[in-house]
Amino acid sequence: MSVAGINVLVDETRAIQAGGKPPLLSVRGVSTYYGSVAALKGVDLDVGEGEIVTLIGANGAGKSTLMMTVFGAPRARDGSITYEGRDITRLPTHAIARLGIAQSPEGRRVFPRMTVFENLQMGASLHGERHFAEDLEKVCALFPRVKERLHQRAGTMSGGEQQMLAIARALMSRPKLLLLDEPSLGLAPLVVKGIFDAIRRLNREDGMTIFLVEQNAYHALKLAHRGYVLVNGRITMSGTGRQLLDDPAVKAAYLEGGGHGAAPGGAHG
Amino acid sequence: MARTASDAMPAAALPGTAAPAGALGGILRDAALYALVAFGLCVPLVAYRTDPGPEGLVLVPRWGLVAILCGAIFVLRLLQRLLLLRRDARRALTASPAQATEAVAGEPDAGQKTSKVGLKVFVAVALTLPVLATLATGDLASSRYWIDLGILILTYVMLGWGLNIVVGLAGLLDLGYVAFYAVGAYSYALLATTFGLSFWICLPLAGLFAGLWGMLLGFPVLRLRGDYLAIVTLAFGEIIRLVLINWTDVTGGAAGVSSIPRATFFGIPFTADEDGFAAKLGIEFNTMHRVVFLYYLILVLALITNFVTMRLRRLPIGRAWEALREDEIACRSLGIDTTATKLTAFALGAAFGGFAGSFFAVRQGFISPESFTFLESAIILAIVVLGGMGSQFGVAIAAVAMVGGPELLRNLGFLSAVFGEGFDPSEYRLLLFGLAMVAMMVWRPRGLISVRMPSVSLGERRAISGAHVSEGHG
Ligand SMILES: Nc1ncnc2c1ncn2[C@@H]1O[C@H](COP(=O)(O)OP(=O)(O)OP(=O)(O)O)[C@@H](O)[C@H]1O
Ligand SMILES: [Mg+2]
Repeated sequence: MSVAGINVLVDETRAIQAGGKPPLLSVRGVSTYYGSVAALKGVDLDVGEGEIVTLIGANGAGKSTLMMTVFGAPRARDGSITYEGRDITRLPTHAIARLGIAQSPEGRRVFPRMTVFENLQMGASLHGERHFAEDLEKVCALFPRVKERLHQRAGTMSGGEQQMLAIARALMSRPKLLLLDEPSLGLAPLVVKGIFDAIRRLNREDGMTIFLVEQNAYHALKLAHRGYVLVNGRITMSGTGRQLLDDPAVKAAYLEGGGHGAAPGGAHG
Repeated sequence: MARTASDAMPAAALPGTAAPAGALGGILRDAALYALVAFGLCVPLVAYRTDPGPEGLVLVPRWGLVAILCGAIFVLRLLQRLLLLRRDARRALTASPAQATEAVAGEPDAGQKTSKVGLKVFVAVALTLPVLATLATGDLASSRYWIDLGILILTYVMLGWGLNIVVGLAGLLDLGYVAFYAVGAYSYALLATTFGLSFWICLPLAGLFAGLWGMLLGFPVLRLRGDYLAIVTLAFGEIIRLVLINWTDVTGGAAGVSSIPRATFFGIPFTADEDGFAAKLGIEFNTMHRVVFLYYLILVLALITNFVTMRLRRLPIGRAWEALREDEIACRSLGIDTTATKLTAFALGAAFGGFAGSFFAVRQGFISPESFTFLESAIILAIVVLGGMGSQFGVAIAAVAMVGGPELLRNLGFLSAVFGEGFDPSEYRLLLFGLAMVAMMVWRPRGLISVRMPSVSLGERRAISGAHVSEGHG
């Protein structure tokens, strides 16, 4: 696919949202470097209010890097990130979180020696005790497994339980925008279904905006309103979930056991 | 069931371990290797003693001693391996959760209960020590040794608890804690000698100054962690000491500050004249009044440190410290200002160090930079680490062991019968220190009291369990 082709797709995405308000989160020309190595090379991406947007890509494409760049760690070297029309590119991480963005990061990063309950308290740091009981009730309803284990040390929970806890902890801050990095990683198919159902419910019932990074492209694209494909630090494709699911290149690379080999768009280098 | 069987069986015969003969051979080889290394170390260190003779130094060979040392190491290693073999075999049979960082403690386990009760016992003993010591030794004057020792131990308990905020809770390795102790001591000494301010005004000021210095140190090291942080804090401790030595005009240099005003009973001095404490109370004058007063003063200061720490642990700031220790990035993305969190930990820890320092100054009446060497930092850190990073009771018993232990050694005079005249056991304090560290790292790598107590206590847990947990909890 040519460079011109990419541009067409990006324009198409903008057209989809053109009718509404400006996007909740907007990433423009963002490049992120680890030392002198570029992990992101001019990424453009929008997440509109009330949307589920997914980002798919092979291992090492830069998905997690993009998610963390939104949080300012690592920081974007070029480009800008705006949230609710406000430039957050240079804000410190905690200040970004205070604007109503929460994440369940890659590798879960729960606090292992603290109990599940304390982890959830940490998630609610921004609000303190104000609506803690109410929110606790809510995440417990969403993840009954978390509820059963409130007083277990987080580090001793199974990988799947820790994943649920990471999402639950993120929800405790009542985010407007929730970033999820591979929530289905290492989970049994039934649990994956549970997590994806939970994401859908959060979006439908609470109107939460969700940005989802996933390896599980099929589920993610089915769930999402829109999706982006990241290859070697560049967005090569975007469109509605349906469009991407039907795209032969996406199918070949991410859906039919195509693995991490040939990437659509082939925009290497 | 497999477990009970394994307990009864000799370790080497357990399934899953190597064949008995092979295992034993390996252990013998290993022990022999240890003995060989010991021999190698002994040759330059022990084998010859230099004695001054009539014509220069005379070499006295001590090969017998070398043989004894190597033999002892061989036997000890052999025993250790045999014991470990048994334990490992038992462990292999019980599955261990791979991701577990420590015992799965849904309910408080024995360790947690011990430390809860233990702290109460410790406080009870500490409160009654002067009475106990008086009863045991017959009269107040002869209990002085014990009360002085108590003061010394409590000073270290307080320092340990203070440093515990930084190292144990917030997970910031600080090797220069003695700097704040020094700042506190000099604050009181200088304010009292130059401006004539009383101890009770200087105490909060000393804490404040030390806290400010804590922040000052905090700023440059905000981005550092682990070993880098340790190096910078170490340097900071040394810098403070060198400033104290070289800034002669203000600090008196290496000579230090002397004739620091003594502690008063809230303004009433402990003197024999009619304005004195004894006369005011209408009791007989006794120099011990001041000592007992100092004892209770440091006890109260230490308990305040403990109380504040325990309180903060349950507040958001305390939880943030602990979360910071676990995962800094996760903390930040939950909206926690890690800069402020770290600085408060440094400042608060330093402030308590400063309080302890001004107590030290008022007790000694004389201070010099010599009291604030790296060794002090190392001992305080050792107390925190031995106590089990973050456990208040663990720190208390570690302080008793670390400070009281060498005193115990002092009384083991009979050892000089074994090791010859001129053997001073208390000189082996550092050896003891090292041995204790090694032993701890082998047997209790997480410290004496290693189980972290959840900040939500049992009573509250019940309430929460009732409210949010329908099943799964009894
Ligand atoms: N801290 C780091 N230092 C140096 N290079 C890094 C660092 N983190 C990531 N990278 C590199 O940046 C690139 C993108 O990594 P990233 O973690 O964003 O990939 P990803 O798309 O999330 O992959 P995966 O699906 O495997 O999680 C990779 O080549 C990786 O090696
Ligand atoms: Mg990733």
